[in-house]
Amino acid sequence: MSILVDKNTKVVVQGFTGREGTFHAEQMLVYGTRVVAGVTPGKGGRQHLGLPVFNRVADAVAGTGANVSCIFVPPPFAADAIVEAAEAGLKLIVCITEGIPVLDMVKVKPYLDSKGVVLIGPNCPGLISPGKTKVGIMPGPIHQEGSIGLISRSGTLTYEVVDQLTKAGLGQSTCIGIGGDPIIGSSFIDILARFKDDPGTTGVVLIGEIGGSAEEEAAEYIQANFNKPVLAFIAGLTAPPGKRMGHAGAIISGGKGKAVDKIASLEAAGITVSKDIGRLGQLAREVFS
Amino acid sequence: MKIHEFQAKEILRKFEVPVPGGRICREPEEAGRLVGQLGGRGVVKAQIYAGGRGKAGGVAVVSGKEEAEAAFRRICGMTLVSPQTGPEGRLVRKVLVEEALPIKSEYYLSLLVDRARARLSILASAAGGMDIEEVAATQPEKIVTVSLDPIIGFSGYLGRQLAFGLDLAPNLQRPFIDLVGKLVKAFLALDASLIEINPLVLTEDERWIAADAKLTFDDNALFRHQDLAGLADQDEADPLEWEAKRHGLNYIRLDGNIGAMVNGAGLAMATMDLIKQAGAEPANFLDVGGGASKEMIGQGFKIILSDSRVKAILVNIFGGILRCDVLAQGIVEASREMELGVPLIIRLSGTNEAQGREILAGSGLAFQVAKNMAEAAGLVAAQVGGGK
Repeated sequence: MSILVDKNTKVVVQGFTGREGTFHAEQMLVYGTRVVAGVTPGKGGRQHLGLPVFNRVADAVAGTGANVSCIFVPPPFAADAIVEAAEAGLKLIVCITEGIPVLDMVKVKPYLDSKGVVLIGPNCPGLISPGKTKVGIMPGPIHQEGSIGLISRSGTLTYEVVDQLTKAGLGQSTCIGIGGDPIIGSSFIDILARFKDDPGTTGVVLIGEIGGSAEEEAAEYIQANFNKPVLAFIAGLTAPPGKRMGHAGAIISGGKGKAVDKIASLEAAGITVSKDIGRLGQLAREVFS
Repeated sequence: MKIHEFQAKEILRKFEVPVPGGRICREPEEAGRLVGQLGGRGVVKAQIYAGGRGKAGGVAVVSGKEEAEAAFRRICGMTLVSPQTGPEGRLVRKVLVEEALPIKSEYYLSLLVDRARARLSILASAAGGMDIEEVAATQPEKIVTVSLDPIIGFSGYLGRQLAFGLDLAPNLQRPFIDLVGKLVKAFLALDASLIEINPLVLTEDERWIAADAKLTFDDNALFRHQDLAGLADQDEADPLEWEAKRHGLNYIRLDGNIGAMVNGAGLAMATMDLIKQAGAEPANFLDVGGGASKEMIGQGFKIILSDSRVKAILVNIFGGILRCDVLAQGIVEASREMELGVPLIIRLSGTNEAQGREILAGSGLAFQVAKNMAEAAGLVAAQVGGGK
């Protein structure tokens, strides 16, 4: 089993004909994802990668039955692209774009909530249910079908962890990058709630980083509501305060968002925390055995 | 993006937020004359990006021309050391001279993007002028917080909630709420990520004035504020960080001697942590991004090597979009073009890993290639006498 996406997922790619959209749509097709359409305003009616291009998301949905959008639209237009996908009736939107102004997300997030739309990202690698489908930019071959769920605020760090899990013989049910921005569509808790109800997921790896309080909130949720084993890792133990560590959301400000505090909260909730990324795979084998 | 206090005040003035009269002065005599024009009393303030200036001696209240000139001479060119500057301190290059306000009481007011609520929140406190983080930790009941629904905006009841929370006298409430409304307008119009007024002064004659102002912009929104982008002061940035930014690299200088080049922010942080656990200290955070080109890899090496403390370099790449063979080619070319002069440990994984390793092995250059992150960190730490 998996959450959010599976073999019935039909993807429309927004920002389809651009460099990123083209490259990753191709990679998704190679993985076996049912990419059914693309949207690039002004290029409707053409074919690209052997698929129809539409001017509007609504036309793509009507014409192809697409049920998930994957967005590669540049930051100035990305919030608009998210809203267009929601208005077209899509209930799952994956936004890869990095660099969306935070006040755009302040407006978009409550709008999506009011429509019952699930947004993954922005500034994320997307999600993959190994062996079924991938909606995003992660390298497919490192994944293996299995029963471990994975949630992360990071991109390449997620790949590192997945690689170690696969090498340790631990396949994955669904891996989700929720994004590195201060305001994101889905939180750790939103995804944990889905893994909780998924019989195909037997344990969860949670990868956090400095900034904000999402990990602390996840720790509370897990202690109160989640009975599958969880292994956590927090990046940024050595990060100095006041410096933004790449991701817009990864900053220790006003003494808040430190890795040590996050680790302490997780451990207090009875969650195993890996302190050594180099040996996370080994530890995972112990936690999930 | 940060800007100076004087710039923040100039901008807020355009939004009709009351700020003290004054300007940047370039020499002591100018400071003296200005204090004369401002009624004989003034404040001389060091302009650096870091806070904690007052306690560090970067702010002086002066009476008369002579005191103003003396304060200017002392502050301009001094190295300010505050908890926010780090032990090396910051050289003061710009000095703001303003009217001294007749202070009745001091308040705290800030607007920020509240990640937990996913909204713009406003914080106010009657404990102004103090370190607000300490107030939050020790007397959280003294801070009043409201947050704005993005569709409704700054509705009147929110202003009243703040005014009542601060226990303001009835005649002070309306002007206070007006001031907050102007700040909200500025925040939204400018794509700010923080506006902090500390202290917000209530004068003897009961006017509200922003005696200090800190304004930070959302870097991601600068594309729609070309006029603001030019306000960043290169003198306040680390020269290597500034150079890296020009090349689209995300570089932050740290205190150790292991240079690190990584793709992706999370993996870069995890790599820094691992270097430290292996018994060494990272010299930097450097994220070359998911889709780094050969040219960017070369620039990355240049920037790492510009830091003379670097004694060894660790490259940690998990190939996804950035393929390992492209990266390997970039490393080989960069190493041929410039003398690295320090040991280089490389760890590659992911897309086209085998081809990448072949390119490195076939180059005839003296790289050490590690199997995984743990081995890479151990190897690089051993180069500087660390390691466990």
